[in-house]
Amino acid sequence: MFDIERWQEIFETIRKNKLRTFLTGLSVASGIFILVILLGFGQGMQNGIAQEFEDDASNRIVVWTQVTTKEFKGLNPGRSIQMRNGDYDHIETRFADQLEGRSARFRVPNAMVNYKKESVGYSVQGIHSGYQQIENQYMSQGRYINYEDHRNVSKVAVISNTIKREIFKNGDDPLNEYLDISGIKFKIVGVYGDRGGEREEERIFIPMSTAQRVFNGSDRVNNLYYTLKPVENLDQAVAESMKFSNDMKRYLQEVHTVAPDDDSAINVFNTLEEVKRFFNLISGIKMFFWFVGICTIIAGVVGVSNIMLIVVKERTREIGVRKALGAKPWSIVGMILHEAIFVTAISGFAGLIFSMGLLEVFGPYIEVDYILNPSVNFNVALSTVFVLIFAGAVAGFFPAWRAANIHVIDALRDE
Amino acid sequence: MIEIKDLHKSYKMGSNSLHVLKGINFTAESGELVAIMGSSGSGKSTLLNILGMLDEADSGDYTLDGVPIKNLNETKAAKYRNKFLGFIFQSFNLINYKSAMENVALPLYYQKIPRKERQERAMKYLEQVGLKEWAHHLPSELSGGQKQRVAIARAMAAEPKVLLADEPTGALDSTTSYEVMDLIQKINDEGNTILVVTHEDDIAHMCKRIIHLKDGVIEKDEKVTQVRASQYV
Repeated sequence: MFDIERWQEIFETIRKNKLRTFLTGLSVASGIFILVILLGFGQGMQNGIAQEFEDDASNRIVVWTQVTTKEFKGLNPGRSIQMRNGDYDHIETRFADQLEGRSARFRVPNAMVNYKKESVGYSVQGIHSGYQQIENQYMSQGRYINYEDHRNVSKVAVISNTIKREIFKNGDDPLNEYLDISGIKFKIVGVYGDRGGEREEERIFIPMSTAQRVFNGSDRVNNLYYTLKPVENLDQAVAESMKFSNDMKRYLQEVHTVAPDDDSAINVFNTLEEVKRFFNLISGIKMFFWFVGICTIIAGVVGVSNIMLIVVKERTREIGVRKALGAKPWSIVGMILHEAIFVTAISGFAGLIFSMGLLEVFGPYIEVDYILNPSVNFNVALSTVFVLIFAGAVAGFFPAWRAANIHVIDALRDE
Repeated sequence: MIEIKDLHKSYKMGSNSLHVLKGINFTAESGELVAIMGSSGSGKSTLLNILGMLDEADSGDYTLDGVPIKNLNETKAAKYRNKFLGFIFQSFNLINYKSAMENVALPLYYQKIPRKERQERAMKYLEQVGLKEWAHHLPSELSGGQKQRVAIARAMAAEPKVLLADEPTGALDSTTSYEVMDLIQKINDEGNTILVVTHEDDIAHMCKRIIHLKDGVIEKDEKVTQVRASQYV
């Protein structure tokens, strides 16, 4: 390996066989290049999808109700199920040590919202203070609905940035202004924002108690929202939230006399399940990319060994001459392998550096949905280069060995 | 220098075997210039291959410069070839991507002689064959006679005990052939032992001794008066 004479011999051969060397190098470099780019985009997709889930708390659990579809305990199907404050209170007590955020939601039916003489069409929803964290909303101004508002049945409202822009066109301060909701004045106490986009900002929030009492809601509730306390890893989080979802569903089914196998009466949506599904999808895609990448590498190795075969064939006579002049079999094998490994290594690293450079420079500028900052683990890429070099050496060894043991007379007769 | 006793060699051709050498005996002293003649199929190439350690005899003894050549593995054969023998081929067998000088230096590479010294010695031998000015040309830029002279310089470079020439003039016209033979004679004059395989009578008569092979046995072994090639050049 450190035989300087051998190196000189190899450089000479390479210099005088530029095309052959170039083609070998190209097949290796493009193999590595494709693998790195693929892996980079696999990572990019993972990053991108992780970002998509950032807009809501990703362990959110939502409950909503519809009509029953199955007969149960003598009750006909088609009954609509209505959740009550009692359900919310019970779940809150029963699962207290698991819950992190909680809120019920009551949509005020047919709310008419006016500011001064202007009428705007936004949905008005009664919520608890925990709703802010569940929706990942941030405050631009003032404060959110709090527990005191709920207890005091205050007539206060929180509007969004979008609503503020529409109503307060002159940039007036919305705080302490009064909104008219179906004829009742509500004081604006805060302005919120939601990264989830425009649609998430088309809502006005008021305290739950106020919504129910003022707008004739009695103790009815439309939805229940929960988040669970965070745990170490995703699998555990999924398992715990699935258990919570099921327990809660079971309880609600019992209380509302719904058949246990009636899945449409009470619905529970668990975001974590979705997240998990997406992550499974991503790991599937990554596996696929790996598969394609490894196939590319194999193609590269086959290419290298193919070229090695041709090289040996082409150099049969030369090998014969060298043997006649006193070359030992191992020196022939060494010469051919040395050249192969050298070319593979140089072009492998060239492909690696080029593709990683490309990802480094252009990766951050890629703006496609679900792809964010594609990048690749350097160690992984480096190992693939070494695997390729090793495989190339193994692939080159056999033709080289055969060549070294060829009979000189046969080799010299080779035309 | 060369001692051969009762050499036999046969090749398997399917089910029957072809007995090519049927008991060859001869000795060549140091400084001899021997021509081995014979029609094709007489076994002269086989004999040369055995002498060149490119092939092994089935039975018989072969001693080269006092060293018995027997049961050689590839590595040992390579070592002996490098040390004892220089080859000159009909088709020159120069490495086409190496310059004349690099070709001549190649056997020295396998003797692990440093690069600088290799090049100096290669130049010396190229000068001897009159091709100093052509040292940096590729074989494709040389004429046939020049190529064979480069090949001779290469065979000489390792300073072998014996030069083996297999139809050295076979691919050359007669004028060039005589030039090459003149060179071979001069090398022989310096005391080198040379074996030339040929089927041309005039080439054979430029040697000092002719061995006639026929059907695997030596038919005639005669000393001849050497015809100097220089008179034709």
